[in-house]
Amino acid sequence: MTTRSYTRGDFQTDQEVRWCPGCGDYTILASVQQFVAALGRPREEFVFISGIGCSSRFPYYMNTYGMHSIHGRAPAIASGVASTRPDLSVWVITGDGDALSIGGNHLIHALRRNVNLNILLFNNQIYGLTKGQYSPTSEVGKTTKSSPFGSIDYPFNPVSLALGAEASFVARTLDMDRNHTQGVLKAAYEHEGSAFIEIYQNCNVFNDKAFIQITGKEERVHNRIDLEHGKPIVFDGGSKAVVMRDGEATVVDSSSIDPTAILVHDETRPEPAIAFALSRLSHGPYGPTPLGIFRNVQRPAYDTELNAQLEKAKDRFGDGDLSQLIRSHGTWTVEEASSNGG
Amino acid sequence: MADEIATADPSTTPTETLDKLVVRFAGDSGDGMQLAGNRFTDASALFGNDLATLPDFPAEIRAPAGTLPGVSSFQVQIADYDILTAGDQPDCLVAMNPAALMTNLKDLRQGGTLIVNTDAFDERNLAKAGYESDPLDDDSLKGYRVIKVPMDDLTKEAVKDTGVKGRNVLRSKNLFALGLMAWLFNRPTEPTVDWIEKKFGKKEEVAAANIAAFQAGYNFGITTEATKNTFEVKPAALKPGTYTNVNGNTALAWGLIAASRKSGLPLFYGTYPITPASDILHELSHHKNFGVRTFQAEDEIAAVGATIGAAFAGNLAVTGSSGPGIALKSEGISLAFMLELPMIVINVQRGGPSTGLPTKPEQSDLLFSLYGRHGESPLPVLAIPTPSEAFLMAIEAARIAVKYMTPVILLSDNSVANASEPWLLPDLDSISEIDTEYAKHPNGPDGTFLPYMRNIDTFARPWAIPGTAGLEHRVGGLEKDALSGDVSYDPINHQLMTDTRAWKVANIANDIPQLEVDGEEDAEILVLGWGSTFGAIRAAARRVRLDGHKVACVQLRHLNPLPNNLGDILRGYEKILIPELNTGQLLKVIRAEFLIDATGLNKVAAEPFKVSEVSDKILEMIK
Repeated sequence: MTTRSYTRGDFQTDQEVRWCPGCGDYTILASVQQFVAALGRPREEFVFISGIGCSSRFPYYMNTYGMHSIHGRAPAIASGVASTRPDLSVWVITGDGDALSIGGNHLIHALRRNVNLNILLFNNQIYGLTKGQYSPTSEVGKTTKSSPFGSIDYPFNPVSLALGAEASFVARTLDMDRNHTQGVLKAAYEHEGSAFIEIYQNCNVFNDKAFIQITGKEERVHNRIDLEHGKPIVFDGGSKAVVMRDGEATVVDSSSIDPTAILVHDETRPEPAIAFALSRLSHGPYGPTPLGIFRNVQRPAYDTELNAQLEKAKDRFGDGDLSQLIRSHGTWTVEEASSNGG
Repeated sequence: MADEIATADPSTTPTETLDKLVVRFAGDSGDGMQLAGNRFTDASALFGNDLATLPDFPAEIRAPAGTLPGVSSFQVQIADYDILTAGDQPDCLVAMNPAALMTNLKDLRQGGTLIVNTDAFDERNLAKAGYESDPLDDDSLKGYRVIKVPMDDLTKEAVKDTGVKGRNVLRSKNLFALGLMAWLFNRPTEPTVDWIEKKFGKKEEVAAANIAAFQAGYNFGITTEATKNTFEVKPAALKPGTYTNVNGNTALAWGLIAASRKSGLPLFYGTYPITPASDILHELSHHKNFGVRTFQAEDEIAAVGATIGAAFAGNLAVTGSSGPGIALKSEGISLAFMLELPMIVINVQRGGPSTGLPTKPEQSDLLFSLYGRHGESPLPVLAIPTPSEAFLMAIEAARIAVKYMTPVILLSDNSVANASEPWLLPDLDSISEIDTEYAKHPNGPDGTFLPYMRNIDTFARPWAIPGTAGLEHRVGGLEKDALSGDVSYDPINHQLMTDTRAWKVANIANDIPQLEVDGEEDAEILVLGWGSTFGAIRAAARRVRLDGHKVACVQLRHLNPLPNNLGDILRGYEKILIPELNTGQLLKVIRAEFLIDATGLNKVAAEPFKVSEVSDKILEMIK
């Protein structure tokens, strides 16, 4: 593979970035630009495809190939690109409304097929572009423009949903933590098949401080559970630990248990059950919440399999012959001077 | 075994020669009538007859056995001259049960031949079909030549040594009926035996049972002298050349593959299963060695989405569906229009609205194709007139899509998709290549790339595919600057872009064939049609001419833009008749575009036009 030397600036466009000042999207954009620049992979090999919403303006600001498409359909459109062009690195940029509401079906099916895509879901738990309605990740009871008496919609947990669809790579990160974001991006990029990353993203206009329990200086120490492959899951300065009890992941005081009972994180477990249990530790960023890679397993990628079928068919039947094809149902010949009158 | 049948001597029964013949196989949807009809058709095709078919089956896979809605039928007309339709009235009807008789007898020509499976005429089946008394025992079949055959018993007897058991025994009774028909109409038997051996080769006892039943049906004709005479239809004096028998969906799939070869673009077909378009997917999915990628999406919206992605990535991108599915794709089609990406959208129309009549023909999506999108979004729309012409129409759709960087709607319908006819195989080398050029170099000042800077002749924008260095760019559904493609909310730019997109499509009129009038140009009446009404209109015109009248015909293949000379043609006739399988959609377009008061002949009765319906209307208008 060709490598080139890039800086973040090489991946910036001449378009004025039009997110609200202070929006978490700025930080994510910087993280992604920095990450892809560092890869040294030719810029023309990247494709960023988005749907509709604040986050979906993202491709306009990436100096790569890109498409700002229609609401919810980015995973389907990106599947068409990735299935036919294994030489490209294809990214989907989406939000909680785009991916989980109008586009829910495309998201789960892209994950099920395991198409070679990196799907970045910017979760701000609100509809921003339409100015502040509750979203499919908003908490029950949330008062918004469209739920003046409080939302009665039970929210999705995006990580649980992706694991339920048997996604082969599932992670969660934070807009503000650029190092963490880039670490997760790297693992996703190296993963073959669909990689799903939920990014907690602060909407400072319509849902400010939604993630304060994880990001606040005081709070984060107590609530941020960093998942690290091969390591026991402990947090809050080592005072808290996660154990499996009755099939559920449970937070306990480290001092109260035998250290060998602490759950050791293994992102490569073939079955998603324990990863799912970890995703249930929090239903949203309201208390101790795991961040990092929940699952990272190998299974055949759709596009790899599709292109292998084409090669196999060519090996077996030879390159298609159109003339033979249109004769394949049997033919007959009418000679020149036919004796039958019409 | 083929030899045994072929050498059996039918000479004791005299043969009458016919110039044409219409037969219809009718039975329960589990009786294998489509298979029997298709085999009769293929044997006739290989024998050299011209032919046209009309399959008619229920939407349910197995509607309750023996009921009226469960009847499935297959009609074929064969002739020793070039014919245009599957015929108005069968000369011979095979009725496998009372329900099939009840629903089909009304169509049988007076004096026609009726073959009935008497074993199915028990009290229960008679009651299900609504018969109060057995029509085989009363006068109700007077006026037809009735051949009563206990097909269940004879089939059981024929297959008893082949090893098939239980319910499989009677599965062969369609082959018994086919064998009897092969005898009655002097059809060659080898193609059917060969086909059975090829199809069921791996299940020996099934192949043996089917061949035994076929043979028993044939021999039943010989030994019982079931009729005073048999019939034959000599080969047709068709244009010299090599022929195959093809239906519309298959020809369309092959045409897409041909377009892929002619353009050098890999073919991508994104779709979701829907009647009657699914057979295009089935056919294409077999041809991976042509580089064909088929993508069975999770829904219609994803199907069009993946197709848009494939187009952006540089493929010959095609999506296919039927009315309800096209409705779901509408937002995606508008995006493709806005992005100006080449794409083919196939709509195999069926009876609508909503789920409607999924297995029946109708042309009711014309206005939807022309106008069924949000915003100002005119698209090229093409329609396929005959099953075999689907091949060239697919190539034409690809040519327009790629040359003008636009989605193209290609209309088929149930009577084109599932009907078959002999196809004079084209010289593939004589079909023009489709010029395709991806953008390779920056086209703007200082090495910049302007993705909306247009070709001066076609107004097409450059197709710069991912992976091309220096041409990185972003497209999207938001209105774009007329050159840079950057998001633009400028009102004047929006006016310019709207006008430009419309003009680009309208300009295609200068790049499509001029219409040719068939028949007498000095006639008083012009019959204007589009799509699958081709056969009925042309056959009706022939009939009217035989009565000594003049009539001119034009069939539209391009519905948007309309050919440039259509207006002049229309103004040359005193009367204009527009037959359509809808309530008058082209009629509205013609009135709107040309201020011409045409007359509609409209029908939405789950079947194509009968030739007589069109010819009667022509005669009514000129008398």
